[in-house]
Amino acid sequence: MNSQRPEGTEIPNGPAAAAIVSAAVGCFCVSAFGWLGDAVPAMASFFNFYNPTGALSGVTTLAILVWLVSWAILSRTWGEKSVAMGRVNVLAYVLLGAGLLLSFPPFGDLLRGK
Amino acid sequence: MQTNFRELMTALHGLAFGGLLLLAFSGALVALYRICSPGRSAALSAGEGKWMRFYLVAMAVLAWGTVLSGAYIIYPWYRAKPPAGVTDFAEYSRSHLLASPNTAGWHNLGMEWKEHVAWFTPIALTMVAYVFIKYGPRLSQHRQVRNAAFAFTLVAFLAAVIAGTFGALINKNAPVEGGAIIKLTGETK
Repeated sequence: MNSQRPEGTEIPNGPAAAAIVSAAVGCFCVSAFGWLGDAVPAMASFFNFYNPTGALSGVTTLAILVWLVSWAILSRTWGEKSVAMGRVNVLAYVLLGAGLLLSFPPFGDLLRGK
Repeated sequence: MQTNFRELMTALHGLAFGGLLLLAFSGALVALYRICSPGRSAALSAGEGKWMRFYLVAMAVLAWGTVLSGAYIIYPWYRAKPPAGVTDFAEYSRSHLLASPNTAGWHNLGMEWKEHVAWFTPIALTMVAYVFIKYGPRLSQHRQVRNAAFAFTLVAFLAAVIAGTFGALINKNAPVEGGAIIKLTGETK
């Protein structure tokens, strides 16, 4: 991939920004969908793609799908551009931090008023 | 000396994939810190860059191997419901933990946290490996991209530590066991 451009040519930061934001979106979705499955029994049934694994199968499959689709869309949008990387990083860190926090069961319970 | 099939698969998940991944983080974090540290502007040499890309791809593969084997091989055994009337929960780890208030937290906090946060690791590492492959030596031109790659690797490490630590402690309190007996060595006495 990196050999497509001659040595010394600058690659725009768009492809990296797309990968970084979409990875943060994917991580956040794992936690958000997991929390949703715990909070809403109907969602837990919806996420039950593979019975032996239970809701975790749908939570992670859908989060991976959102990650890959958002990566594809952002890559098409930003692929040849240079974007404000500072803002991209802030957005990614906020999503990653929120995802980490939401994955912690006592915090999820607090949000559910449990 | 003998083991059983589930115990062996749990070792594959936790030690072969997860353990190797945790070991690999030390090398990756040192190398990434060196690349990302303030004042660093020189590009990696061709050999260093090639090695780094291989190393990060191998870590991403290990991370996917760990979460997929955990979710689709070990977790179904862990969460299996015992048939009605069964009171010995030796082969039903989740039920065994939840049966006592002294161990229920290993499931309610440990497993509930680990089963989700563990997935941060392969997603983050896949992104980091992609960025290194895509940019190669030109990564030296993108300081903020390098910083994000380092931050995501740190979070991936944190997630792997949470998952690995709880995984080991949960398995100590309620081992996943069952399946065919596998004899590793014969009786000596």
